[in-house]
Amino acid sequence: MSIFINNDTKLVVQGITGRDGSFHTKQAIEYGTKVVAGVTPGKGGQTFEGQVPIFNTVYDAVAATGANTSVIYVPPMGAADAIMEAVDAGVQTVVCITEGVPVLDMTKVYPFVKERGVRLVGPNCPGVISPGQAKVGIIPGRICIPGPVGVVSRSGTLTYEVVYQLTRAGIGQTTCVGIGGDPINGTNFIDCLEAFEKDPATKAVAMMGEIGGTDEQEAAKFVKERMTKPVVGFIAGQTAPPGRRMGHAGAIISGSAGTAAEKIEAFKAAGIAVAVRPMDFVEHIKAGLK
Amino acid sequence: MNIHEYQAKEILRGFGVPIPAGKVATTPAEAEAIAKEFGVAVMVKAQVHAGGRGKAGGVKFCKTPAEAKEKATAILGMQIKGLTVEKVLVTVAADIGSEAYVGIIVDRARKKPVFMVSAAGGIDIEQVAAQTPEKILYLPVDTRYGLRGYEAMRMGFFLYSDVKLAKQAAKIMQQLYRAFMASGCSLAEINPLVATPAGELIAVDGKMVIDDNELDRHAEIEALRDVSSEAPSEVDARNCNLTFIKLDGNVGCVVNGAGLAMATMDLVKYYGGEPANFLDIGGSSNPEKVVNALRIITADPNVKCILFNIFGGITRTDDVANGIVTATKANPLQVPIVIRLTGTNEEIAVKILTENGFTASADMDEAVIKAVELAKGGKAA
Repeated sequence: MSIFINNDTKLVVQGITGRDGSFHTKQAIEYGTKVVAGVTPGKGGQTFEGQVPIFNTVYDAVAATGANTSVIYVPPMGAADAIMEAVDAGVQTVVCITEGVPVLDMTKVYPFVKERGVRLVGPNCPGVISPGQAKVGIIPGRICIPGPVGVVSRSGTLTYEVVYQLTRAGIGQTTCVGIGGDPINGTNFIDCLEAFEKDPATKAVAMMGEIGGTDEQEAAKFVKERMTKPVVGFIAGQTAPPGRRMGHAGAIISGSAGTAAEKIEAFKAAGIAVAVRPMDFVEHIKAGLK
Repeated sequence: MNIHEYQAKEILRGFGVPIPAGKVATTPAEAEAIAKEFGVAVMVKAQVHAGGRGKAGGVKFCKTPAEAKEKATAILGMQIKGLTVEKVLVTVAADIGSEAYVGIIVDRARKKPVFMVSAAGGIDIEQVAAQTPEKILYLPVDTRYGLRGYEAMRMGFFLYSDVKLAKQAAKIMQQLYRAFMASGCSLAEINPLVATPAGELIAVDGKMVIDDNELDRHAEIEALRDVSSEAPSEVDARNCNLTFIKLDGNVGCVVNGAGLAMATMDLVKYYGGEPANFLDIGGSSNPEKVVNALRIITADPNVKCILFNIFGGITRTDDVANGIVTATKANPLQVPIVIRLTGTNEEIAVKILTENGFTASADMDEAVIKAVELAKGGKAA
């Protein structure tokens, strides 16, 4: 089992002929993901790599192929429209990889998506992978193996680092979700924790947070009150200076709020084992799985 | 991106917000001339990207042009929170009856812009929020519909019992909201919003922070950027599409991805070192980025060792290796370098590095320990 994506995922790629879109679509196909359609306005009727039909609109793609999941690689100024197009076309899960989406655009997109009951992951995220089943986004397939750990993170490469260390230690994953580094994103830690708690195959969860906002504190509260499975947590940005945006638009300490220390305290208070270094996940997860 | 008070006021004035007349001066003589032109008492206000300008002595009331010149002399060149004041705003002093606070900020938890208004204006709103939260009205706005008339009126009446003032305030809320949305703000505030004894509202101070992600569609706002108020290395990095933040340590870090970059800095600290910077070369593979990153980092004389930590996903590690070779051939390094890379095209990258006399590690902790030791002047294990 897994969360959000699985063997039944039928993927449509928005921006399939762009630089990132085409590169990662090839990788997704190689991984065994069912990529059923691509969308690039004006290129409808063509095929991608001789096998994936391209459509002008997501609506056409869904009507013709029954796609149930979309991944978005369009430029930032078009991302909000692309998300809403996918939702309107009837897909159930939308993963937006695009970085640099204006936050005010997301204030319109977020309620639009929620009111229609669609799962949006991102924007500004590496996507989702359920090892051995499907890969939606840019998480490298070869660093993952199937297994019992659910992974959720605000970061991209830091997620790879932790997953890679788990895999090297022989610990596989049910699903790895990168929720993205933006201040407003479609899926938060709690959404993922709730899904992992319900997923019978997931036996433990690795959670990587960072400075900025209060999502990790909310997640800690949820773990304490609602989770029966062990959770291991990590917070990046202990050495970050206040008031500066650390690459991710959401990674900024405002006043005394959003510091790493505050989040680590919240984890500890909720009984979450804290990984001080990324490599510490291995031992804590092993202990949790016993 | 931060913009100056005078720039924010210019934008707000364009949306109809009542703003006192004002002009910018870069010399005391200019300040004097502006005060003379206005012919009334003025405020001379330091234009720097820092809060607490008043407390730092950067905002002064001046009755005469001579006094404006004198105060401008004191303020120009002054340091406020490490920033040098290079401009002052000379603006007509308002006749103050009462002071209110009006602000909009994008609230992550509500996922909406939220108005914050309070009749306790003129002071730090965070202090009001902490001590007397009941004095603040929070009003989230659904941006799909915009600020509705009744919402603006509700805020107007929260601030003023006088109908005329409440209606004026409601109009200003709409103007501020339109300016906020049209400029791609993450924050906009008027503090204080002054009610004069004559019953007029006027925005005495204005502040706007722009979402960096909006700048691609707001060339007119990008043009307002004041590079003199930023560290030159950060300006250089931004022009090269790198995210760079200078810190005080001596281990220069080059990492791909913001989360891993933060985790790398933290690990440097964990093993007893101090990071010299945050630097994210981003996801695309481009040897040029590595060349620029090395140039920016080595320009910092504090840097005693350079640490690369690259986890290749989209980033091809062979591109990074080529960048390192190119950059160091052109400008031989004066400090040791520790390279950790793993992921996409790792074998090719290691081959390129080895052929050019570098060694590479695949383990993050091992590389960080070595870099910290080298930065302290020790020998690599």
